[in-house]
Amino acid sequence: MAFNYDNYLRMEKMPTLWCWGCGDGIVLKSFVRAVDSLGYAKDDICVVSGIGCSGRFSSYVDFNTVHTTHGRTVAFATGVKLANPTKKVVIVTGDGDAFAIGGNHTIHGARRNIDLTMIVIQNFIYGLTNSQTSPTTPQGMWTVTQKIGNIDPTFDACRLVEASGATFVAREAVTAPKKLEKVMKAALEHKGFAYIDALTNCHINLGRKNKMVAAMDTLDWIDSITVSKKKWDALPAEEQKNKLPTGILHHDDTKREYCDAYQMVIDAHQGKRGKITQDDFDKKI
Amino acid sequence: MAAGGDNVVIKDGKREVVMPGNHLAALAAVDSGCKFFGGYPITPSTEVMEYISDILPEVGGTCIQMEDEIAGVAVATGASMSGVRSMTATSGPGISLKAENLGLAQMAEVPLVVVNVMRGGPSTGLPTRVAQGDIAQAKNPSHGDYKSIALCAGTLAECYTETVRAFNLADRFMQPVFVLLDATLGLMHAKAVLPTVEDVQAGIVPRKKFEGEPENYRPYGVEQDEAAVLNPMFQGYRYHFTGLHHDAMGFPTEEIETCRKLIDRLFNKVDAHRDEIELNEEFMLDDADILLIGYGSASLAIKEAVLRLREEGIKVGMFRPITVWPSPEERLNELGKQFKNVLSIELNQGQYLEEIQRCMGRRDIEKLTKTNGRPFSPADISAKVKEVF
Repeated sequence: MAFNYDNYLRMEKMPTLWCWGCGDGIVLKSFVRAVDSLGYAKDDICVVSGIGCSGRFSSYVDFNTVHTTHGRTVAFATGVKLANPTKKVVIVTGDGDAFAIGGNHTIHGARRNIDLTMIVIQNFIYGLTNSQTSPTTPQGMWTVTQKIGNIDPTFDACRLVEASGATFVAREAVTAPKKLEKVMKAALEHKGFAYIDALTNCHINLGRKNKMVAAMDTLDWIDSITVSKKKWDALPAEEQKNKLPTGILHHDDTKREYCDAYQMVIDAHQGKRGKITQDDFDKKI
Repeated sequence: MAAGGDNVVIKDGKREVVMPGNHLAALAAVDSGCKFFGGYPITPSTEVMEYISDILPEVGGTCIQMEDEIAGVAVATGASMSGVRSMTATSGPGISLKAENLGLAQMAEVPLVVVNVMRGGPSTGLPTRVAQGDIAQAKNPSHGDYKSIALCAGTLAECYTETVRAFNLADRFMQPVFVLLDATLGLMHAKAVLPTVEDVQAGIVPRKKFEGEPENYRPYGVEQDEAAVLNPMFQGYRYHFTGLHHDAMGFPTEEIETCRKLIDRLFNKVDAHRDEIELNEEFMLDDADILLIGYGSASLAIKEAVLRLREEGIKVGMFRPITVWPSPEERLNELGKQFKNVLSIELNQGQYLEEIQRCMGRRDIEKLTKTNGRPFSPADISAKVKEVF
């Protein structure tokens, strides 16, 4: 039987404001299926979004939902989570939101290893405001603010959050919805800062001016730049730099999660344990 | 460290403590049921976070030092959205950075207590010196149309009592409430007489909660002079927070009447209930010929000057708004008619003077201002009174 999404979506808000052929809907549906497969109650989930096309994600899903300011999703979500450590708090954001205006919060959320699931709908461009350069827009591509070609180097978002301390990092594209659902499920089950790079097509504001006019053209391009981690590992370095590995890229269950760490603070202040020392942590510097 | 420190004496049903104002604000938060603090270090407010980081975990609450000022207010707002009493503290430059998210809290009607231990500016100014530089900023820190509530402590005890009041007003009106201190009060160690914890707890006005069936719940669908009724998260009432114009369920809308009514209501909910918010002190006004107007720590010097001038036979009195925003319009208007000689005294270039002029409907108000980072002395004020009247 086909999956029934209606129970999780605010159907009165349909259709979405996303363009025809936009992959954001695939991210949305993959997320709903992942939540459903884990059997979470809708009341136990909070979805926090920021500004941009991805910002509207929160208004379409029937959870506790928060649409915040540009770039600040991780900070708002951190407040919800620390005040409610037993609940699932999920961030849905975009590449501009998470890595330009909100880069600092992304880095520090990952550093704390707080139990948040952060899904970045990565479309390589500022979509909602029509084609301005994002921190992940490939160099040489046309943007409305760099019409002769973007000169700005890109972030590798997954490597950035891993280096910052995220304990689960995965990348999948909307061209593989089942794989996307699978990594989302794993991210939701992970205790700690879980990051997903969800590559999607903005054929309207990226593709149209970069010889990928149709949705399928942009999706084909995403296919051409992605390769499974296993295959990517086997590539020579010269080829690796032009491919984005997909799948689970990093998974570490040994690091202490931040709400648990804060519980040590509460316990120490309430006399239930001694002061926190370096011996409480594996990493000494 | 036990909340309130070791130097608490209970006397005649009150607590006597020796603490700086910044610690008193933190203590008031915990006594008021605050369970969350998010902040970032900034002089001269840092002691609020330093102290609350000790006393909040004792009661199972959370204090987190964030990566920047913006995150400090965002994390506190997120916690408050989920339903817990929440606070942040900073100084003027921090408010400048927090401004956008304070606007979100105004728009989405999220209660939050924001302690601002004021300093002077613009920019970095004199971080370790005193000023009342953020009075104008407290009225409109963020862009757009909304109505701020700002309380300005004038004594050490008020660093405590105004913080308590701020929590109750924030939950009553569902919006951020400023508690304005300054370096003099925030860092002054002296005796303060406080209400007992029991009295504070008895006076807590919790957030309104909708108890009916979730399908009948309209968090923002309230009377035009009332605040939103936002139930805690995770309890079966799923709605939406947004900084966009929104409908009764909190969902973005551009519908003309809904948008008009929303912003009207953000004003009305405060304006229609000014009597619940306004608080002033009137000192030796009854037989006075000269009216001095001041607030915050400046009022300590003003009071001393009033006493000294009266010893010389000059009948002066002081009016002190404790709630600075919304301003005490009616009372200032009455006083403007009653007193010919009015002197406004501020540790800035006259940020509140314009409001006094507006409320009194006159411009012939003398002013004494100071922006060199030093406090007023009573002699400054006495000299000015003798010079201009």
